[in-house]
Amino acid sequence: MSTLQQVLRQDGTLVSGASPVSDARMKELFVHMVRVRVLDERMLKLQRAGRVGFVGTAKGLEAALIGSASVLRPTDWLWSGLREGGAAVMRGLPLGEYIAQMYCNSNDTAKGRQMCNHFQHKGSNYPSWSSVIGTQIPHGVGAAYAAKQRGKDEVHAIYFGDGATSSNGFHSGMNFAGVWKAPCYFVCIDNGWAISVCSKNQTAAESYADKAEAYGIPGKDVDGNDVLACHQAAKEAHELARKGQPSLIVLKTYRMLGHSSSDDPSKYRSDDEVAAWAAKDPLERFEKLLTARKLLAAGEREKLELAITAEIDAEIHVQEAAPKMALKTLVEDVYADVPLHLRKQYNAFITIAERLGHATPGDGAFPL
Amino acid sequence: MATLTLLQAVNDALKTAMRDDPSVVVFGEDVGPKGGVFLATEGLTKEFGANRCFDTPLSEDGIIGTGIGMALNGLKPVCEIQFQDFIFPAFDQIVSEAAKFRYRSGGQYTCPMVIRTPYGGGIRGGLYHSQSGEAYFCHTPGLKVVIPSTPHDAKGLLLASIDDPDPVLFLEPKALYRQVKGEVPEGKYKVDLSTLRTVREGRNVTVFCYGAMVPVCERAAVQAAEKGIETLIVDLRTLLPLDEEGVIEAAKQTGRVVVVHEAPRFCGFGGEISAIIAENAIEYMEAPIARVTGFDTPFPNTLEHHYMPDERRVLDAIEHVHNY
Ligand SMILES: Cc1ncc(C[n+]2csc(CCOP(=O)(O)OP(=O)(O)O)c2C)c(N)n1
Ligand SMILES: [Mg+2]
Repeated sequence: MSTLQQVLRQDGTLVSGASPVSDARMKELFVHMVRVRVLDERMLKLQRAGRVGFVGTAKGLEAALIGSASVLRPTDWLWSGLREGGAAVMRGLPLGEYIAQMYCNSNDTAKGRQMCNHFQHKGSNYPSWSSVIGTQIPHGVGAAYAAKQRGKDEVHAIYFGDGATSSNGFHSGMNFAGVWKAPCYFVCIDNGWAISVCSKNQTAAESYADKAEAYGIPGKDVDGNDVLACHQAAKEAHELARKGQPSLIVLKTYRMLGHSSSDDPSKYRSDDEVAAWAAKDPLERFEKLLTARKLLAAGEREKLELAITAEIDAEIHVQEAAPKMALKTLVEDVYADVPLHLRKQYNAFITIAERLGHATPGDGAFPL
Repeated sequence: MATLTLLQAVNDALKTAMRDDPSVVVFGEDVGPKGGVFLATEGLTKEFGANRCFDTPLSEDGIIGTGIGMALNGLKPVCEIQFQDFIFPAFDQIVSEAAKFRYRSGGQYTCPMVIRTPYGGGIRGGLYHSQSGEAYFCHTPGLKVVIPSTPHDAKGLLLASIDDPDPVLFLEPKALYRQVKGEVPEGKYKVDLSTLRTVREGRNVTVFCYGAMVPVCERAAVQAAEKGIETLIVDLRTLLPLDEEGVIEAAKQTGRVVVVHEAPRFCGFGGEISAIIAENAIEYMEAPIARVTGFDTPFPNTLEHHYMPDERRVLDAIEHVHNY
C-alpha cells in the first residue's frame, strides 16, 4: 500500500509549509465545500417534509469532491458515479437545474425520468449517469479514446465509489484505458462503505489503489478529507492523462450519513467509528487553515451558510411552482422520432386520460 | 453491380461507411489485421489505419461500454461481438446504457452506434456458437434490432444502421454468410429500417420469417406451389421497431399465417407476431396461427439439423394452416 498523500494535516497546518493553490483559490474551494454541505442539509429537510422523494448525501466527502474536481477545465468531462452533484454545481450545473432534478419536475433537463439525485449537465460535460453501479467507467474510457482519436485536448475524470471497484465496468474500464493510453484518470471515492458492506468485505486487497498495478497504471492513496491533497493528486493525474497515461487515485474518506435518506446506518456500523471520522471533518480542517491565514473572518462561515440557504430557498420556491409534466414525455426520447407503435400506445392511453380528466390540452394525440 | 456474398456485402458496407464518414470506427476482438474470425472486417485496418479499425481486449462489456463513450463523444462506433452467444457480458451495457441514454437524459445524450454480431445455427457450433437471441433484445425499448437475409439488404441495412441516430443491434445470419450471393450496388445506398420486404407473392398462406430462415421458407414455398398452395413470404428485416402495419396487411391478405424462427418458441418473436395479428386482424383469420421454431431447449450440436426449422417442417405448417 502506498503512503497516504497529505498536504493539510488534521490540525490545519500544512505539511510542507506551503499550499499548492493560491489564497484566493483556497477561499473559493471552501465556499464550494460549504455549498455542498448546505445543499445536502437543505435537500434532506425537503425529503423529511415529503417534498422530494430521496436524497443521497455527500456529507463528509466535500473535500474529495471539490478538491479533485477543481482541477478540471471546462472542456474536460466528469463521469459521475453517484455522489458528485456538488462537484457538478461547482463546474456549472445551475442550482435551479439541480433542484428541479431533485423534484423530478417538468423543469428537469431529464424530464423527470430519473429518480432523485441523478444529475446531468451537458454544458459542463457532466453526462447523465444510470443507477447501475460501475457502468459509467468504460463510457469515460471510450469518450477519452474518442477525444484522442479526434485530436481534442480533453481529459476525462471517471468517478466511482469503493463498491464499484468490484464491478465489471471497473475491470474493463481500467484495462482498456491502460491498453489504449486513453487521456483519462479514475477517481475512487473510498468512503469505507457500499451501503452496508465495508471495505474488508469488498476486497482482500490492502487498498483499492493496489488494483491499478494489475492494469499497468499508477495508483495512489490520498487523504480524502484533505481538500488540498485531493486537488494536488487530481492535478497530477490530470497532467498524466494529458500525456496519455491513465492513473487511479483513491480518495480515502467517510460517508457520514446513511447510504441514502432511506438507510439507517446504525444497523451496521458503530457510533465510535462515526465519531472518529466526525473528528476528521474536512470542512473544519480547511477552516482552521483559512482562519489561521486570515482568509476567513470569525462568523464568516455562518454568514456564508445563510447566504447559500437563501439562494437555495429562492430556487426551491421556483421549482415548487413548476408546470405539469407533459404526458407525451412518456413515449418521447425513446428513439429520435416517436415510432408508430409508441404513438398508437400513447393515443390509446390519452383517450382514457382525457376521459378521466388527467390530461391537459397540450397532451393531445399524435398524428398516426 | 457486383455479385457478392452476404459476408462480402457486410465488408463492403463497412468500407463504404468508413470512406464516407471519418468518424466511423470499427473495433472488437480480432477485427484488426486478421479481419475478424469470419473476415467481415478484412482489409479495414490496412485501408483506414489502426486508429479506425482495431482489436480490443477480450471483454464484451468493455467493447460496448467504451463504444457508448465514443458515441457520446462524437465517434460513430461499429462494434463487433465475435458471436452473438458472447454478447451477454455486455447485456447490461446494451440494455441499461445504450438503449436508455436518450430517454433518461431527456434527449440530451444519445448513443448512435451499431453492434454487429453473427447469430444462428447451421455451422455445427453447439450451444455457444449457434444461438438466436433476438427476443432478449426486442424487449428493450430504445434499441433497434435488424436482421438481413440478402447481400443487398445486408449492405443497405447496415449503412442505414450506421447513419441511424439510435443504437442498432445488427444480427448477421452466419449460416448465410457464404451461402447466399446476390447483386449489390456500388457505393452508398440505404434500405429503410422498419420496412418489411415481400420476398414472394401468394394468395393462400402468409409466412413471416427473417435472417437465415428466409431461404428455408423460400424453398418450402416452391414445394407448396407444386401442391397448388401459393405462399406469401415476408422477410421482417427489422424486428424493432417492427413494421406492424405491413405485418397486419400481409396477414389479412391470406388469413392463414405461419411464423418461422430458429430461436426457442416460448416468448420468442413469433409470439409477438401472433399477438399483433390476433389484436388487429383476428376477423380475417381462417385458421389458427402456426409457429415453426427451435425447441425450448439449449441449442444442440449433433442434432442441430433437427432443431432448426427446415423446409419440410415449414411446408408441413403451410399445408396445415392451408387445409384447416
Ligand atoms: C449493479 C448495481 N448493483 C447494486 C446496486 C445497488 N446499490 C446502489 S449504491 C450501492 C453501493 C455503492 O457503493 P459505492 O460504490 O462505495 O458508492 P457509495 O454509495 O459509497 O458512494 C449499491 C449496492 C446498484 N445500484 N447497481
Ligand atoms: Mg462507498
